Amino acid sequence: MRALLVRDLMLAIRAGGGFGLGLAFFLIVTVLVPFGVGPQTELLSRIAPGILWIGALLACLLSLDRILALDWEDGSLDLLATAPLPMEGIVSVKALAHWITTGLPLVLAAPVLGVLLSLPVPAYQWVVISLAVGTPALSVIGTFGAALTVGIKRGGLLMSLLVLPLYVPTLIFGAEVARRGAEGLTVQTPLLLLAGISFGVIALLPFASAAVLRINLR
Amino acid sequence: MSLWEYANPVKFIRTTDKVLPWVWALTGICLLTGLVWGFFFTPDDFRQGSTVKIIYIHVPSALMAINAWLMMLVASLIWIVRRHHVSALAARAAAPVGAVMTMIALATGAFWGQPMWGTWWAWDPRLTSFLILFLFYLGYMALWEAIENDDTAADLTSILCLVGSVFAVLSRYAVNFWNQGLHQGATLSLDKEENISDVFWLPLLVCIAGFVLLFIALVFLRTQTEIRARRTRALLAREGQA
Amino acid sequence: MPELGKYAFAVLSSYGVTIVLLSVIVLASVRRARKVRAALDEIESRRGS
Repeated sequence: MRALLVRDLMLAIRAGGGFGLGLAFFLIVTVLVPFGVGPQTELLSRIAPGILWIGALLACLLSLDRILALDWEDGSLDLLATAPLPMEGIVSVKALAHWITTGLPLVLAAPVLGVLLSLPVPAYQWVVISLAVGTPALSVIGTFGAALTVGIKRGGLLMSLLVLPLYVPTLIFGAEVARRGAEGLTVQTPLLLLAGISFGVIALLPFASAAVLRINLR
Repeated sequence: MSLWEYANPVKFIRTTDKVLPWVWALTGICLLTGLVWGFFFTPDDFRQGSTVKIIYIHVPSALMAINAWLMMLVASLIWIVRRHHVSALAARAAAPVGAVMTMIALATGAFWGQPMWGTWWAWDPRLTSFLILFLFYLGYMALWEAIENDDTAADLTSILCLVGSVFAVLSRYAVNFWNQGLHQGATLSLDKEENISDVFWLPLLVCIAGFVLLFIALVFLRTQTEIRARRTRALLAREGQA
Repeated sequence: MPELGKYAFAVLSSYGVTIVLLSVIVLASVRRARKVRAALDEIESRRGS
């Protein structure tokens, strides 16, 4: 399993798409929003936590089809399926690799981009914390979506349609943590619920993803 | 004689063919009586005026929007556990009907909300969760359309239906939480069942029965269609080989 | 026609939208059912003969 993780990470780094593309997309979204709503500082700082969350979510979505599609095309997924690893392990590792290459950089980049949106000072830590807790859920749910659509040509759009509704609870609680943090309210309840979703999804969804992937490899 | 006999496609078609005219007739009777009764012969509410008449469509369609998803969930489970093709096809057949019911519930809700709340749309928990439910229906149908192999499609969509159900419930609670976070206690939704009197209740009951029957009739018909379509494809494939 | 008062637009358009949407789904289902049935009958008679 560790070998698989290392392999996926190496591929992502060498191909260059993993780190760079998601981050660039995140940057562009946060740059475009002020153009759309106007440059007033007080308005921007009010919506900044939400923008950062939506930007991170979209950047995550953008890189989902890389999780499985490449391995599907060159047949290494079939090889992995016949390997002694359980399928649940494979999809979990895939999700972890996706999180390390996409989710983690997003978490680290969020405070920098927060400056652009004049994010209120107390909100910085909560944006980072909520993203750190929430992005693993995004990766795991995304892996499920990628597994569902892996056999479909041009499945990217369909995958977005399937995955985005599944992202709703995570987005709501994550953005709520960041928003309440920005206003100096207590964040305990949404943060716990967000963590609950992340842990629940990490524990349970790989079984569904593995089942789906087995069906697709039949 | 057990329920599972109807999992045989031929048996299913034969039985539903016999039942369908009756279901259609009952649907027509119930819907006509209910809607005509509701539209022409019920008094206006003293607060809501004539908009109370919208309830005869809004409540039944909203009920069916949720029940259709529940039915798909049960059918998907049966497909996963017992692998009866009719069950998977019934789930597929129900999805567009459920989506239409959701659309009706949303549209009538907007028409009612416009004069009553002064807005077409509010990010009220119930409205929001229905919108999310609608997205789930769209995704489910799109996945069915996208996959060519019938059994693969049935498997994948039924798992999507299971996972989607969990997330739909999660979203419902998340949305509840989120909206209370936005404006404390300012719920816009009236509690509909609480102070409703018999004058409104009876025609509403007839309308609900009509919508349920309509759903059953449509699902039977559409399931038959799916069975036939699959048989046609199979026969064509066999001819192609020969 | 009952007296709908100032809410006539809301009530009528609700009923209108509902009737339109329900007819669309019913008609679409019936038409597809007929088409598929005809196609299947055609193939089966071809095979039978």
